[in-house]
Amino acid sequence: MSAQQKQGEGIMREGVFYGENTLHRLHDSMLFIRRFEEKAGQMYGLKKIGGFCHLCNGQEAVCVGLHQATEATDYMLTSYRDHGHVLARGSDPTAVMAELLGRKGGIVKGKGGSMHMFDSSKNFAGGNGIVGEQVPIGLGFGFSSWYRNDGRVTICIMGDGSINQGAVYESFNMAALWKLPIVFVVENNQYAMGTSLERASAETHLFKRGISFTIPGMKIDGMDVLEFEKKMREAIAHARSGEGPILVEAITYRYRGHSMSDPATYRTRAEVDEWRTGRDPIARLQAQMIEAGLATEDSFKQTDRDIKKEVVAIAKAAEAQPEPDATELWTDVYSDPIKGAYPYADKVS
Amino acid sequence: MKITYREALNQAMCEEMERDERVFLMGEEVAEYNGAYKVSQGILDKFGSRRVIDTPITELGFAGLGVGAAMAGLRPIVEFMTWNFAILALDQIVNAAAKMKYMSGGQYSVPMVFRGAGGSAARVGAQHSQSLENWLANVPGLKVVMPSNPADAKGLLKAAIRDNDPVVFIENEINYGDVDTVPEGDYIIPLGKADVKRTGKDVTIVAHSRMTGFALAAASELAGQGIDAEVIDPRTIRPLDETTILASVARTNRVVTVEEGWRFAGIGAEIAARIMEKGFDDLDAPVIRVTGKDVPMAYAANLEAMTVPSVADIVEAARVACSRA
Repeated sequence: MSAQQKQGEGIMREGVFYGENTLHRLHDSMLFIRRFEEKAGQMYGLKKIGGFCHLCNGQEAVCVGLHQATEATDYMLTSYRDHGHVLARGSDPTAVMAELLGRKGGIVKGKGGSMHMFDSSKNFAGGNGIVGEQVPIGLGFGFSSWYRNDGRVTICIMGDGSINQGAVYESFNMAALWKLPIVFVVENNQYAMGTSLERASAETHLFKRGISFTIPGMKIDGMDVLEFEKKMREAIAHARSGEGPILVEAITYRYRGHSMSDPATYRTRAEVDEWRTGRDPIARLQAQMIEAGLATEDSFKQTDRDIKKEVVAIAKAAEAQPEPDATELWTDVYSDPIKGAYPYADKVS
Repeated sequence: MKITYREALNQAMCEEMERDERVFLMGEEVAEYNGAYKVSQGILDKFGSRRVIDTPITELGFAGLGVGAAMAGLRPIVEFMTWNFAILALDQIVNAAAKMKYMSGGQYSVPMVFRGAGGSAARVGAQHSQSLENWLANVPGLKVVMPSNPADAKGLLKAAIRDNDPVVFIENEINYGDVDTVPEGDYIIPLGKADVKRTGKDVTIVAHSRMTGFALAAASELAGQGIDAEVIDPRTIRPLDETTILASVARTNRVVTVEEGWRFAGIGAEIAARIMEKGFDDLDAPVIRVTGKDVPMAYAANLEAMTVPSVADIVEAARVACSRA
């Protein structure tokens, strides 16, 4: 940490000053996501959350760093590993938990579940369940900004598992061809479900995957929130300047399996421990803040207790909600329901 | 004014693009080439390259682009050169466009039109000559529209562009050159409304797209044989105007459905099922389905002709339905 020193109330790092409040916000936000995901895992174990549930433990710096570097008016969309991103974006955590539980107050009214978190008020466009599907959709958001010249950037997030889907390259090509303001972010957590990057990709340096489309690439440590946030700002500035898209490879790791049903036997305990203990983004920021005299181990313990308590209260509040009204079954299929649009509605009532 | 089916579509797009700045047209060869089938003739000159965009050959990608742009508030018209190529884009049509509204709890709408030529074409073999409307009409969240004549083409396309949900608009490749009277100006045909193209009292023939013309020709022949056929064009496959169909069946008591597509779970199967469910007592004979043969399309002229329903097939079916065969 030679390039980092305490200055005033904050940390100066490679010419960027992070104030005390910002640092605490980044830390608390990452820790909140960690504890929220742990709670979600627990609720899944209790069979209160059903279906697929993809947790992002270990990847919190990417979620939080992205949000920190992005304007509220910028568009963001991602895959089904979406809890951390929607929480970092500032959506109501009780609504997110209620969605996981399939409750009335869920962020999409209980109609989406874990994989389909949407919050249009935060310009968060999902929560998309088919691997790579969000990339052409993100292309469309970027296109809308080009069409309207509205100065917005689209952050289109995908996992390393999506990087071999054709839709991704169709999108890279058009984004570059028309110089659309898009930052493609690949969360390289090393595994596409149970298949390691090396077993699936001929070119494992994923930031190079845009080269044949003239898209510049950046490889960023996604386990260091300050580093990630700073580099993301550069990437976003590039996209916003009208120079076209840019591809960011965020090196990260998921501590849990692909989804709750995956025991992750395809990797060694030692490998997981190496990331968890050596590179954990929360522990890393904590160490930096302690060194800068902005917090102590005890103050972090207190923060953790507070966050855990908050998450428990959120889960309780979400669980107390009823399931969606039965009438919700037939809403939101069409914008303006017209006669005959629901031919079989009378078959179930 | 008498114009072609393709000019009617062109007129609809131009009028809607003039009316609404959010509407844009995107697809392969739509701009500088003026459209593979010349449907977008002159639109680039009128509206410029921001609103009329040539894409690379990349159906999945630009279909998804349309979905995202629609979610962001624009009103894309995405042209597939033909619907055969839209199979590459089905993930975006079915998994994204159709479901986005529901999955997002109503937060995101997808007001867009996927349009292009469908149906069996002429001498282009199995991959370029097929009817897939039953696949798409199966999906809640989509609307499926298939105009059979120039006036309907204009009125339905304008309604589709103004619709707040994704509309699958399947034109007919062979009908593009058809000429007929088309109302000028703001002519809108609401989606979900069938049209009785010919009234009759003996048998109801339900046919869409190019088969509507075949059904009308069959009705003329049948008239010479003393059978008075009613011809109904649903125009919109989903939502299907079953009210109009059931009202007709209540009068004629006999039904023939006609479609170019394959028989298995086809549009005729759906119509027959609904009549069975809601109009069973009105039937004096089983519903007869005239469909494309259950084979891929062949190239040879004789085999191709055998694959698609003919006017004679429809006449024969109507005679059987009326117990005159």
